[in-house]
Amino acid sequence: MLQTVESRESVGSTLRDEYLKAFRFMILSRVLDEKLASLYRGGKIHGGVFLGKGQEALSVALGLALHKGDVYAPLIRDGAGRLAFGEPVVDALRTYLGSALGPMRGRDGNVHRGRPREGYLAMISHLGAMISVVNGTLMAKRFKKITGAVGAACIGEGATSTGAFHEAINQAAVEKLPLVLVIANNHYAYSTPSSRQFACSNLTNKAAGYGVTAHHIDGTDLLACLNTVSTAVKQAREGGGPQMVVAKLLRLCGHGEHDDAHYIDPRLKHSPVGRDCIKVAEEYLLQQTWADAAAIQHMRQDAVQKVDDALTIVQREPTPDPYRENWCALASRHLSEGFEGPANEIQ
Amino acid sequence: MSITYLEAIREAQAKALADDPRVFIYGQDVGAFGGAFKATKNLAQEFPGRVIDSPISEDAMVGAAIGAAIEGMRPIVEMQFADFSTPGFNQIINHAATLYWRTQTPCPITIRLPSGGTSGSGPFHSQSMEAIYAHYPGVIVMTPATVEDAYSMLLEAVAIDDPVIFCEHKYLYYHLKAEKLPTEAMPVGKARIARAGRDLTIVAYSAMLHEALAVAEELSTEGNEIEVVDLRTIKPLDTDTVMASVARTGRLLCVGEAWPWGGVTAEVIARVATEGFGLLDVPPQRLNAKDTPIPYHPNLWSTHRPTARSIAAAARNLLRS
Repeated sequence: MLQTVESRESVGSTLRDEYLKAFRFMILSRVLDEKLASLYRGGKIHGGVFLGKGQEALSVALGLALHKGDVYAPLIRDGAGRLAFGEPVVDALRTYLGSALGPMRGRDGNVHRGRPREGYLAMISHLGAMISVVNGTLMAKRFKKITGAVGAACIGEGATSTGAFHEAINQAAVEKLPLVLVIANNHYAYSTPSSRQFACSNLTNKAAGYGVTAHHIDGTDLLACLNTVSTAVKQAREGGGPQMVVAKLLRLCGHGEHDDAHYIDPRLKHSPVGRDCIKVAEEYLLQQTWADAAAIQHMRQDAVQKVDDALTIVQREPTPDPYRENWCALASRHLSEGFEGPANEIQ
Repeated sequence: MSITYLEAIREAQAKALADDPRVFIYGQDVGAFGGAFKATKNLAQEFPGRVIDSPISEDAMVGAAIGAAIEGMRPIVEMQFADFSTPGFNQIINHAATLYWRTQTPCPITIRLPSGGTSGSGPFHSQSMEAIYAHYPGVIVMTPATVEDAYSMLLEAVAIDDPVIFCEHKYLYYHLKAEKLPTEAMPVGKARIARAGRDLTIVAYSAMLHEALAVAEELSTEGNEIEVVDLRTIKPLDTDTVMASVARTGRLLCVGEAWPWGGVTAEVIARVATEGFGLLDVPPQRLNAKDTPIPYHPNLWSTHRPTARSIAAAARNLLRS
């Protein structure tokens, strides 16, 4: 009996620790997003800025459920998940500000960043395209007899209309791959509402057609996200085949910072789906007495400090020099028509 | 003993699978069935688990190959026909071709495209896609014209750390034979002087090489010595070998089975005109397929693409001018 009580307490404490850990990443992601928006408004960022406001709970739940050796293909609004997966704040800022020292070295920007050889894939803009790539990494692991790893791909509801999505989810099902496909149904693909995107009653219906297990959650509820996403990841890891997670939530910003999102239906904003997952999580923390207001304020200050410190570093770093760029798109330099000498050799 | 162009492709894949545990083959019907053209005949039996049937999902086939390559594998993707690579186009040119540039992660995938026309195949089983892929940075495009090159270049394609579009010509599958497989090969990216001559340079690749060689043979009986250059790879394009040949002959005819607009022949002529205008005694010429979809009926098809007859006529015109 005593043992049961102890184990229950231990489960409770694990959950609390996980929740607090997730909350810290959510805060950090939100603070980083706000800093990126501010840099954008100040003209410091070339190109677009794409934020994850409102999607942090879902995103962080996946980032935390993945282990070293897993494969992660985040999408445009997965700042929180990227941080939880282990991306340092400095990588995001380096990519947005075009630092020559960042993972993309000014050759690609904003959300197009990753370290593929470390299992952290760098998205291309074409929606749905990353899913089959994750499948391929999992097929490779199977060839290499690596067991226990999963691969996760993130998309929005808009990407479920692409051919790439359907080809890839079917492929994962046929190959029985440990794929976790996380769909953030944020109700708008840029400005297009769900009513113009799909006609099924729930996106989980799309899983049934391919023989894939589906999970549905309230994406504004961190606890639900942590529980369901970790369950899906566990099932995939244990050989249950591909898992689809569909989360309902609302994008609390424009498609990018250039977009004022005037088209979002105010009724949605004021419905449960329009809740800010960070506020919901904060209330839950207070209610559970897992943290008090001062502790939460301290977490926020800590996040601001982390982002400011990273920005201070990145703002002093060099931007790419076109005269030191080798203009070579091939790993086999001797076969490149454009290679312009060995001047810039950053490895 | 003799070996066909198709058998050479099969043998190259068998050797790649035998020599390198990172290699696997992925494509429609490639497994127990051995492929639509039997380019993977018995490979699934010889290499269990490494020759995998895919769903009819070209986008996902290439996407999976990219993912596997990121994890250190060396996949060979068989498109059933070059024409069907279009649903996989996005993954090839936007993902595979940009991966190294963006992330410095090599993407060693080989995509085999059974290319070119055969009689009766029509608009969707006859296309030559090399130019459209060569347009994009980040890929290598091979167009082997001989049994020896089909074998050695496919092995090199698998060994290269970049995406390779391997355009194998279906017309050559059964028609072309060699005594044995080669033990050595020219370097990738180097064109070959397939026949030496002094009066006119014909630049060709893939199946058109053999039409050009037939024309050279025919015109030699009329006292004209034609030099035939086999490009072998069209990206990178061996401009030096072409230019050296034009320097010898002063006359250039470039022949391609693909459509004319913005293709390989246009590129060759643009390079010679911009970098070697002074080498030319007369304006360079080119011959391509007609600018229509590829026709089904043999009467139309045989006129749609360049033939020994139309190449000979163009060559004679050039030699007269």
